[in-house]
Amino acid sequence: MSQPTVKEVLLNPIFNNNPIGLQILGICSALAVTSNLKTAVVMSIALTLVTAFSSMFISMIRSQIPGSIRMIVQMVIIASLVIVVDQVLRAYAFSLAKQLSVFVGLIITNCIVMGRAEAFAMQNPPILSFMDGIGNGLGYSAMLLTLGVIRELFGAGKLFGFEILSLAKDGGWYVPNGMLLLPPSAFFLIGLIIWALRTWKTEQVEAPAFKMAPQVINKEAY
Amino acid sequence: MSSKKESTSRTLFVALAVSLVSSIFVAGAAVSLKPVQIENRQLDKQRSILAIAGLGEAGMSGREVKDLFASRITAKVVDLETGEYSTKFNPVSFDPLKAARDPKLSDALSGDEDVALIKRRERYTTVYMVEQDGKLESLILPVRGYGLWSTLHGFMAVKADLNTVVGFGFYQHAETPGLGGEVDNPKWKALWPGKTLFDEAGKPVIQIVKGGVDPASPAAGHQVDALAGATLTSKGVDRLLQFWLGEQGFGPYLAKLRSQGV
Repeated sequence: MSQPTVKEVLLNPIFNNNPIGLQILGICSALAVTSNLKTAVVMSIALTLVTAFSSMFISMIRSQIPGSIRMIVQMVIIASLVIVVDQVLRAYAFSLAKQLSVFVGLIITNCIVMGRAEAFAMQNPPILSFMDGIGNGLGYSAMLLTLGVIRELFGAGKLFGFEILSLAKDGGWYVPNGMLLLPPSAFFLIGLIIWALRTWKTEQVEAPAFKMAPQVINKEAY
Repeated sequence: MSSKKESTSRTLFVALAVSLVSSIFVAGAAVSLKPVQIENRQLDKQRSILAIAGLGEAGMSGREVKDLFASRITAKVVDLETGEYSTKFNPVSFDPLKAARDPKLSDALSGDEDVALIKRRERYTTVYMVEQDGKLESLILPVRGYGLWSTLHGFMAVKADLNTVVGFGFYQHAETPGLGGEVDNPKWKALWPGKTLFDEAGKPVIQIVKGGVDPASPAAGHQVDALAGATLTSKGVDRLLQFWLGEQGFGPYLAKLRSQGV
């Protein structure tokens, strides 16, 4: 495989190899923080930064990391970065940090960060790894922001807390769909987005893992 | 090269070096950001005190909150045992929650005293007053107690009659969002103002009732609807009010204030 270009690693993860849409990673936080756009934006920025910098640092010392402890070394670097992000949020965006608290901490276990460290940063130079981290962060962000917009707009009639659709309870015309504010709705939306992505880019459709054999016994199951 | 990289001493060295660098990095960030974080926490508390006292409006900037707090609210340290004000501590820096963990400044509660499930009660705590021309307008008391998952920390603001609720709310808890977390719901908080806390004898009679308050009943003035789907959180809130308004809590202090005729 030839060396990937900066443009490739930066843009591919957005549509062609979306970490949520194709790799189905990082679903947990995508459900939890997208009920409004503000938390989705902060989470996107936090994850993008953590992925980019952890990939860069891991790539910088990749030739020094012994294979037997590589995972734990990656983990230590990722965890340190996440703690720093959490501390910064608590210092400069206190009310947001209060809403996000648990999920910022859970970036540590977000498969996207670990996945990029193991799959990309261990084999590629620092700058390229940094870009790869940014690219995957953008892919995650694209999905989060889409979910955030749909859920907040149709669930609460607002965007960033500003009213867009006037709500029926305040004398407007829009009756909000409260289900969109609950986490399961993000599952349905992610499913629909994956469907749309795979209809548009058919190469993302996976070959079926197995095929059901036709029924041979001429008898109803009982 | 690869065998050298995989040797035990090499592995230990890399592990140590990575841990050392990471810990310096994390500790540095934590220590350097601490002052800002403490200020934020204080601001958050001041914001909720103002909101519960019905002062100012939502969305004030940090500066406005600080100025309004400084101009309208006086903090005083109260000795819960005697009900007297204490000058032993600086009310601005005194931390009642820290005092509650200090055996010298707090008392362990026995099982049946401890209705709010807080284990230890501090001997001194900070109360906040809104005064107008030297006269008490409202009094804000800190309350806390265990709900379903977490200790709820909040404030109860009462009018100068020391009986009518001005506002009630929590600034810190970790109850289930959507169920117990609805203690933060403005609609539920709006049920509190105007309720009365005590009967004629000064006994706390405020109550959280399931199934809706009957507005025709004579007790409706001290009853608030429970939260739907959050029995244990509602019970916890009910108990913490019983505790803090009772003899173990602010009872002696409120009795003293009443006898002084504020």
